Amino acid sequence: MAGKPKLYYFDGRGKMESIRWLLAAAGVEFEEEFLETREQYEKLLQGGSLLFQQVPMVEMDGMKMVQTRAILSYIAAKYNLYGKDLKERALIDMYVGGTDDLMGFILMFPFLSAEDKEKQRAVIVQKATSRYFPAYEKVLKDHGHDFLVGNSFSWADVHLLEAILMVEEKKSDVLSGFPQLQAFKARISSIPTVKKFLEPGSQRKPVPDDKYVETVRRVLRMYYDIKAN
Amino acid sequence: MSGKPRLTYCNGRGRMEPVRWLLAAAGVEFEENFLETREQYEKLIKDGVLMFQQVPLVEIDGMKMVQTRAILSYIAGKYNLYGKDLKERALIDMYVEGITDLMQMILMFPFSPPEAKEKNLDSIKERATKRYFPVFEKVLKQHGQDFLVGNKFSWADVQLIEAILAVEENIPVVLLEFPQLQAFKTRMSNMPTIKKFLQPGSPRKPPPDERYVETVLKIFKK
Repeated sequence: MAGKPKLYYFDGRGKMESIRWLLAAAGVEFEEEFLETREQYEKLLQGGSLLFQQVPMVEMDGMKMVQTRAILSYIAAKYNLYGKDLKERALIDMYVGGTDDLMGFILMFPFLSAEDKEKQRAVIVQKATSRYFPAYEKVLKDHGHDFLVGNSFSWADVHLLEAILMVEEKKSDVLSGFPQLQAFKARISSIPTVKKFLEPGSQRKPVPDDKYVETVRRVLRMYYDIKAN
Repeated sequence: MSGKPRLTYCNGRGRMEPVRWLLAAAGVEFEENFLETREQYEKLIKDGVLMFQQVPLVEIDGMKMVQTRAILSYIAGKYNLYGKDLKERALIDMYVEGITDLMQMILMFPFSPPEAKEKNLDSIKERATKRYFPVFEKVLKQHGQDFLVGNKFSWADVQLIEAILAVEENIPVVLLEFPQLQAFKTRMSNMPTIKKFLQPGSPRKPPPDERYVETVLKIFKK
């Protein structure tokens, strides 16, 4: 056993990307096994590796972990990115819940029809600029610290940066009304582990394309239409 | 201020029900503030108490907590229902997340259009009996203990009993092929705090009806 966490997912962002971000931010090297065929997926199922028949799955510390939130919480706690006490953890969980909801609007985007994509782009930008970004802008403004919680780098910071960059891919000037977030983005991006992850050649995955969508549909036999929410 | 947690939500299950279950199971008394009108909701937003303009909202220990998962994790952590170490917490999180995926289907069910209801019910039955219940049946069978994780009552047990009862309300025979879960259901239902919560007059909310659906749509429609 290598000792490094091993990630089982498609060769693309999806629900695994937040895990890649967090491991990378924590400076933890990891391996990846990419699902390309239905047979690979069925083999994992038959082997009993997927507790609820789903990926993401991360092998780490002797566990075959599933459920993205469970995996992220475990990594955050293990690498001291989860605050110093229960109340800080509560704040981090709240903030991560928000960025998770925001990224949820983007998660299904590649699977939408061209027409729905345009509508969804507008929804993403509207939610980001009227609901989520103002909340984090206020948090940073109110305490004036570099990081969201407890004046210390945490999972919440990693998740927010990931969300910001994803929304910017949909509208490049989306941070224009948010000076705190602009400064936050610059600060967190320059943390050495994060900076490294943002460079070409890292395990960060690109914006999902048609090939990614095809692979997911093929492996999961997910041929029905996805509707925007 | 009474010191008791204060829950703000509609007078119905929705996303707040797991919070009511967990507080009750932990033996913690709480107050409730029911949203009945859009004006009440808009006032909450204007007052800045809803971080993402959403409920559930739970005021607890000086915090105005939103995001159901965050609220539940805090309660579980505070009342020692979250395992004894990181690995037990990971197991509890995995189990809770799986059950939550099933509960999400039940949550949305009352809001499905009439023509989709039968299909959705079939999906719930399929997921419950093929994906989720078999997992917990196996967990209980393999370790032979009373509780899902670490031989100790935890958030995972509360979430599972809630889910079992919610599915049974829609599909009464759903536990037919799950003897471990049947025994689990009996055991959990007899735990004093849970038993009390299952009695009439407790804060437990009834199954969602048309009036509940109407209220939710009236308050939150975009």
